[in-house]
Amino acid sequence: MNVGTIRMESFIRSCLWLACVMGLALGSMTGPVQAQVEKVEELRYPPLPELVIPEPERVVLDNGMVVLLMEDHELPLVGVSALIRTGSRLEPQEKIGLASLMGTVLRSGGTTSRSGDELDEYLEGKAAMIETSIGATSGSASMSCLAEDFPEILKMFGEVLRFPAFAPEKLKIAKNQVMAGISRQNDDPGEIVSREFRKLIYGKASPYTWVPTYATVGSITKEDLARWHATYFHPNRIILGIAGDFKKDETITLLKKIFGDWPKGPQEKELQTFVQPKVPAGVFYVEKNDMTQAKIAMGHLGIRRDHPDYYAVVIVNQILSGSFGARLFSNIRSKQGLAYDVHGGVGLQWDHPGMATLSMSTKTDTTGRGIDALVTEARNMVAKPPTADEVAKAKASILNSFVFSVDSPTKVLGKYLTYEYFDYPSTWLKLFRQGIEQVTTAEVRRAAEHHLRPHEFAILIVGPREGTSTALARYDDIQELDIRIPDPPGEI
Amino acid sequence: MRRWVSIFGWNKIVGLVVVAWCFALSGVAAQELSSFEKRVTQLTLKNGWTFILVERPVAPVFAFMTRVNVGSAQEISGQTGLAHMFEHMAFKGTPRLGTTNYTAEKEALKVLEDAYQAYQTEKLKPGSNPETVDRLHSIFKDRQKDASQYVVKNEFGDIIEREGGVALNAFTGADVTGYFYALPANKFELFAYLESERFLHPVFREFYEERDVVMEERRLRTESQPFGRLLEQFVSTAFMAHPYHHPVIGHASDIQSYTMTDAKSFFKSQYVPANMVTAIVGDITPEKVLPILEQYFGRIPAGPLPPPIRTVEPVSTTEKIVILKDPSQPLYLEGYHKPAVTHVDQPVYDALDDILTNGRTSRFYRSLVRDKQIAVSVGAYGAYPGDKYPHMWVAYAVPGRGVSNETVQQALREEFERLKTQDVSDDELARFRTRAKAGLIRALKNNLGLAMNLTDYHMLFGDWRELFRYIERFDRVTKADIRRVAQTMFQPTNRVVGMIETVPPTKVSVSPSSEEGPL
Repeated sequence: MNVGTIRMESFIRSCLWLACVMGLALGSMTGPVQAQVEKVEELRYPPLPELVIPEPERVVLDNGMVVLLMEDHELPLVGVSALIRTGSRLEPQEKIGLASLMGTVLRSGGTTSRSGDELDEYLEGKAAMIETSIGATSGSASMSCLAEDFPEILKMFGEVLRFPAFAPEKLKIAKNQVMAGISRQNDDPGEIVSREFRKLIYGKASPYTWVPTYATVGSITKEDLARWHATYFHPNRIILGIAGDFKKDETITLLKKIFGDWPKGPQEKELQTFVQPKVPAGVFYVEKNDMTQAKIAMGHLGIRRDHPDYYAVVIVNQILSGSFGARLFSNIRSKQGLAYDVHGGVGLQWDHPGMATLSMSTKTDTTGRGIDALVTEARNMVAKPPTADEVAKAKASILNSFVFSVDSPTKVLGKYLTYEYFDYPSTWLKLFRQGIEQVTTAEVRRAAEHHLRPHEFAILIVGPREGTSTALARYDDIQELDIRIPDPPGEI
Repeated sequence: MRRWVSIFGWNKIVGLVVVAWCFALSGVAAQELSSFEKRVTQLTLKNGWTFILVERPVAPVFAFMTRVNVGSAQEISGQTGLAHMFEHMAFKGTPRLGTTNYTAEKEALKVLEDAYQAYQTEKLKPGSNPETVDRLHSIFKDRQKDASQYVVKNEFGDIIEREGGVALNAFTGADVTGYFYALPANKFELFAYLESERFLHPVFREFYEERDVVMEERRLRTESQPFGRLLEQFVSTAFMAHPYHHPVIGHASDIQSYTMTDAKSFFKSQYVPANMVTAIVGDITPEKVLPILEQYFGRIPAGPLPPPIRTVEPVSTTEKIVILKDPSQPLYLEGYHKPAVTHVDQPVYDALDDILTNGRTSRFYRSLVRDKQIAVSVGAYGAYPGDKYPHMWVAYAVPGRGVSNETVQQALREEFERLKTQDVSDDELARFRTRAKAGLIRALKNNLGLAMNLTDYHMLFGDWRELFRYIERFDRVTKADIRRVAQTMFQPTNRVVGMIETVPPTKVSVSPSSEEGPL
């Protein structure tokens, strides 16, 4: 969700929740009853029935809208989820924040037939919801409702997508929320690390690192929103998934009625050119004094999921940080007690490289030890390469838990939507299981060597100057990052 | 409403998004609920451990939650944070899991504990000799190394994950400690084995290393977060006598001084089977799994229930205000004391909370976010820091850029006054009931969420059936009830205010080398 309110709300609520609930944060029986076993090795498991993965039915409307349908009659509910070919990475640099604002006001601003407030009351009265948002690589719209209301809520959903009003007063509320977010962007150490590290890895010129400023948000108008809508919201740029208690034939007729007269838009696809950044190896520091820890992140660019090493990299990640017994958790947390949160892995994205990142938070006194520990673990993926046993365990964990990735129709539909959106084969789910089964220890070792390169790491430290200074003094040319928030134009 | 907790509190977290599901759902709701009740089987073992089983064969998987009726409220002074520490220790294994040689390890752990006790006794002694303390500390560190040589790192969790377990985690609150994960359906016996072994004979290996981990957790969540800093001050001010006043994570000095011996005695007194309930939901057949549960969990000896908490928070006679001067942006909290969740008026508090805070049509959102545009987010947490005992309902507001805490305070208080002096509308009351029913239906869709809710209700109300029946009480809530409760609750002497007032950071550094850019 990119909605300012919701993000803030969920932030506050999670804080409240976390404040009173401390987590550990790690991250059908058949046959006769056996005697109780003494050791776990003595347990014998009956086979799990052959997994039947339900597949959605794919229909393409005349105007190019792709529809995936999946009936599920467990409860009288229907859920719709649409992906729209757009994303904040297509924003002009002087209007950063436009896509996200458009995604918010698309719903909150109402339609030409119903104001935002009327829509709120209408939906809550029908016990339904419609929400929209735009992220870096896609737009999304979702709805859910009682099965009996499905036709009329779907009609409303169509109106939101096709005839948004972008009411100026709702744009103002949304802008207030983004502005408040900007003013708070240096309050949470985690937000600083994720924002600044991203800039180091992708480079400041990359749209994947852009964050709105008072100036860019201030300049965004209702007309900008409408133009964005006119550019990207066409039926042939939308993939619509429906899961729940509906009948397929009736629904296709309904979809034709709601979306059929929406003319096809221009055919061309955006050039998703990814400019390969030059990642600066080196050490970077952000001063933040209201912390009793230092936050450390290090890494370089990762890969796309269609990379030939994909399956091997999944195993690398599992061994490094994918479970309780994984190397980072065991060595840095359990053995040394250096951190509560320690994570790592080669980032995998669908259509652009992710970020390979190792990160942790540790008390300021142990900043240097923390950095060394992470670098050591990264190096050890080559120096003490994954053993056959580690690989077997990682594979078992992924394959045994595979059933959870397809244990509800909604989950399966979500996966198919993603494959369709990023042009991956619809058999990707099956390919994944095969790929993991077939990967060899040699491939895993080679992947670790290719995709974790400690000598190329950019290292970012966020923390108080006092306490981290000893650790920082080890580096000759540390670069200090300025994270001050630029004042709004006209305010000094 | 606190009631339908989903995993990680998310259904409340996204309350604004997932607004509601079932207007006029009463027919459907009633049908679903009675059909669900029929799918529930309860078993209480001779030792007192209760199991609640639900058949939901949607996919060949199951999830469970074990809820222990102990939280930070059961801790004593000097040992705050121990309930949470035990939660971490519950992943360290048993005599058969997590060790290369338990006989030798057991001895090493005993020697280690003696060394730690000697060190700590000397350290805490008035006028202790620093050299002696250092020497004892280095002995302790050596013993720690000795003991660690037998450890097989995280074998307990590792087995679960290797066998396909997911969502493996646990949590500790003021009232409760919970353990959960999900497994493929063919691994039921693995669950029975591991979960019973874990509480039959836990081994407190790596205790002092894990204490450091917990200390990092405290630094991460409480000390290095503005909101964490504010909340700790807020809660300790709000409760004068009741143990709710101490933080769940524990005070820093306590985390750095509770011992393995303390943890063992805490475990012995609190983790008795009669104090525990487990719900298992998914592709299971009760007649097949009941004997397995008997067999494995029946091994755990019964014990007396721990004594109840004696302290009752006295009626507040003063308004309390906590102001945190902090380099972060303003935040505003306003809490009011209220009775325990089992109080007859709880459904009225639920209604009041819903009308004020739930969704885009709520009073808070409409006033502060939509109309006055002075806050970017506003809501409330109804069960702070727990709800088994009298606790707080805490409203929060995130002021917009440049808006003061006083401005949002005034707007919140206008809403409280309105509730005291005017009846809520029929629509508002209807929406509350609709959403409540909706929330319950949604809770049925998820194995783990359902396990969480069943154990929650069973522990608080003594009967899991309350999960399905509680909702009937909402139909009896009247407008007059809401006014009455508002008039009792929203009084200055019943109030605790907490806020962050922004002050400049201690130091600002500017690096000449950094580039100036629009980003």
